Amino acid sequence: MTAPKTLYDKIWDAHLVDESDDGTCLLYIDRHLVHEVTSPQAFEGLRMTGRKVRAPEKTIAVPDHNVPTTPGRETRIENAESRIQVDALDKNARDFGIHYYPVADVRQGIVHIIGPEQGWTLPGMTIVCGDSHTATHGAFGALAHGIGTSEVEHVLATQTLIQSKSKNMKVEITGKLSPGVTAKDITLAVIGKIGTAGGTGHVIEYCGEAIRDLSMEGRMTVCNMAIEAGARAGLIAPDEKTFDYVRGRPHAPKGAVWEAAMAYWKTLFSDEGAHFDKVVTIRGEDIAPVVTWGTSPEDVLPITAEVPDPASFPGGKSGAAKRSLEYMGLKPGMKLTDIKVDAVFIGSCTNGRIEDLRAAAEILKGRKLAPGVRGMVVPGSGLVRLQAEEEGLAEIFIDAGFEWRLAGCSMCLGMNPDQLAPGERCAGTSNRNFEGRMGRGGRTHLMSPVMAAAAAVTGHLTDVRELMAETA
Amino acid sequence: MEKFTKITGIAAPMPLVNIDTDMIIPKQFLKTIKRTGLGVNLFDEMRYDEQGNEKPDFVLNKPQYRDAQILIAGDNFGCGSSREHAPWALLDFGIRAVVSTSYADIFFNNCFKNGILPIILPEDQVQYLMDDASKGANARITVDLESQTVTASDGTTFAFEVEPFRKHCLLNGLDDIGLTLEKADKIDAFEDKAKQLFPWA
Repeated sequence: MTAPKTLYDKIWDAHLVDESDDGTCLLYIDRHLVHEVTSPQAFEGLRMTGRKVRAPEKTIAVPDHNVPTTPGRETRIENAESRIQVDALDKNARDFGIHYYPVADVRQGIVHIIGPEQGWTLPGMTIVCGDSHTATHGAFGALAHGIGTSEVEHVLATQTLIQSKSKNMKVEITGKLSPGVTAKDITLAVIGKIGTAGGTGHVIEYCGEAIRDLSMEGRMTVCNMAIEAGARAGLIAPDEKTFDYVRGRPHAPKGAVWEAAMAYWKTLFSDEGAHFDKVVTIRGEDIAPVVTWGTSPEDVLPITAEVPDPASFPGGKSGAAKRSLEYMGLKPGMKLTDIKVDAVFIGSCTNGRIEDLRAAAEILKGRKLAPGVRGMVVPGSGLVRLQAEEEGLAEIFIDAGFEWRLAGCSMCLGMNPDQLAPGERCAGTSNRNFEGRMGRGGRTHLMSPVMAAAAAVTGHLTDVRELMAETA
Repeated sequence: MEKFTKITGIAAPMPLVNIDTDMIIPKQFLKTIKRTGLGVNLFDEMRYDEQGNEKPDFVLNKPQYRDAQILIAGDNFGCGSSREHAPWALLDFGIRAVVSTSYADIFFNNCFKNGILPIILPEDQVQYLMDDASKGANARITVDLESQTVTASDGTTFAFEVEPFRKHCLLNGLDDIGLTLEKADKIDAFEDKAKQLFPWA
C-alpha cells in the first residue's frame, strides 16, 4: 500500500518527467497560457536560438493586460508601446502556430477567465502562465502557477518546467458563510490571517464546507489570490460542480474520452491521513465582509472596523503600516465606513466572471451611483459580456450610471488607459492594492463585487448588509 | 546569462517589508519587448517625483549608494506580480545580489534565471548587514557563491544555503533550456505514456 497523498502530491507525481540526484525535478506542463506583456522576450529568445514551440497545440495566447476596454481597439490601439506588444503577440502566435484569441474575437478576455471558459483548464492538469494569478485555475483541481519570462521560454521550448516540490498547506473553511459574505471575503480573510508570506514555499489546498458550497466562479476567486498569500498555487479538489462546469466546453473531452477523464478526475482528492506541513482553519461564520485599508493585500479588516494604528504592529510591519496610511491618506482610528471613494471598479481575473456581475447587479438594481463617483464594469471576457447583456445585467449597470466596457485587465493593473489619477480612491474587486497599482498615486481598497457595488451607491466604503436589509 | 562567482561591492539598505514587484518596476515600464534598459526606471515611483526629478532621500539616489551592487531588504522581497522585468531592472541597474529573510517564490526563481543571487539569512544577520550597509560606501560587503558566504565590512561572515542545481547554473552561467533539451528523450517518453493515460490533455 502506498502512503496517503495530497491532491498536490498526486498531480505532481503524474507529471514528473525526471528527477535528478540533487532533487531538481522536471515537470511536464499540460497547458501554457500566454499574454502580450510577459511573452515577447521569450519568443525573441526562441528566434535567437532557432528553437520551436514544442507543443503549439497546448499553448494558448490572448492579449489582455494592455488592451483598452473601449470600442475601436480592434482596429487601432492608440498607445504605441501597447500596440507594439499586442502586434508582437499577433505575430508570435502566427509564426509559432499557437492557439490565439485576438482582440477582435468575441472570445477574447482575461487569460484566466477564458482558460476555464473555453475548456482548456481541466482537473488534474499542470497549467502555467507568465502571470502570477495563474493560481486561479487551481479551482478545478489543476496545479496552476505563475512563471517568469525565462520560464515562459523554457516551457515554450521544452513543454516542461524545472521545479522543486513545494510543501503542502491545508486551509479549511468550515461551516456556512453569512449573508453578504462571499468567496472574495474568504480569500482576503485568509490572507489577513496568514499574511502575504504565510503561504511561501507551499501549495495551498482549500477545503471545508464553505469551499464546497462555493460555485466554480467563487472557487476561482479564492484560488486566484493564493499568490497574494505567497503560495505557489491554490487547489480545490474537483467535484460534481467542477465536472458540470467543464462538460460541453469547446476544448473539454467528449464521449468515451470524457468518461475516461471523469474516472480519473474522481481520484483527485487528498487521501485520508495525507500529510500537510501547515494547517489553517477558519470558521465560515467568523468571516465578515472585509476591505483592505493599506497597500498590501494582508491589510484586511472587517468593514465594521477602524483604520489601525501603525504603532500596534510588530517590527518591520509598523513602518510599512505607517507608510501605507500616508500613501492611502488615512488616519488611525477613523471608521472604515467613513472612507469616501472617487471610483468603483468591478472586474479583473479575481471578480470579472458572470456570477460576480450578477451579484453586483443585484445590489445596484434600482439604485444609482453616488454623485461624483465614477463606476466602471469590465467583464472578464467577451462571452461574459454577452451573457451579462442577455441576462439584463448590463442594463442595470448602465442605468445605475456605470460605464459598461470591453473585456481586459483594465484598471486592475493600469497598463492600459483605465487608470486612477494621483490621490483618487477606488473601491475595487481586483487583487492588489499596491502603491501605484491602478495608476501613480492611486489608492485602492480591495473588496467583493457586492461591497464594491455598495460603495458605489453610497460614495463611501459601506457594509453591504445594510443595503441588503433595505432591499429585503 | 552572466556568471555569478564572487562580488565585493556597495550594499544599499532598504529596511522595508513586502517590497513588491510593482515598486521595483511599475507597470508602465512593462511595455518593452526587450530585457534591457530598465535600470533607469528601477524603483521608479520611489526614486523620482512626478516631474521625473530624483527624490534625494531615496537610497539609490544618495551619492554613496548610486553604484550599489547589493540590496539588503526587509522580509518578503519581490512579492506580487510574476514580472521578470523586476530582476531585469535590478540587473540593468547593476544589482547582482539581494539579501533578505524571505522572498516571494516567482521573484526568487526569476533572479536565478538572470544571474542575480537572492540570499536568505536569519533576521539578526540581515539586520547586521542592514546596519553595515547603512554606513554607506565605506562598507563594502562581499558575496561569495562558491563558499556560500556573505562577509560584512568588519570581516564578520555569514553562511547561506543555495540549491546545488541553482548554484551550478549560476556559477557557470548556464542556460537551463539547453540543459533540459538534453533530456528530450525523457520528455518524448513521458508524452508517449501520457497520450495513453490522459488522452484528453
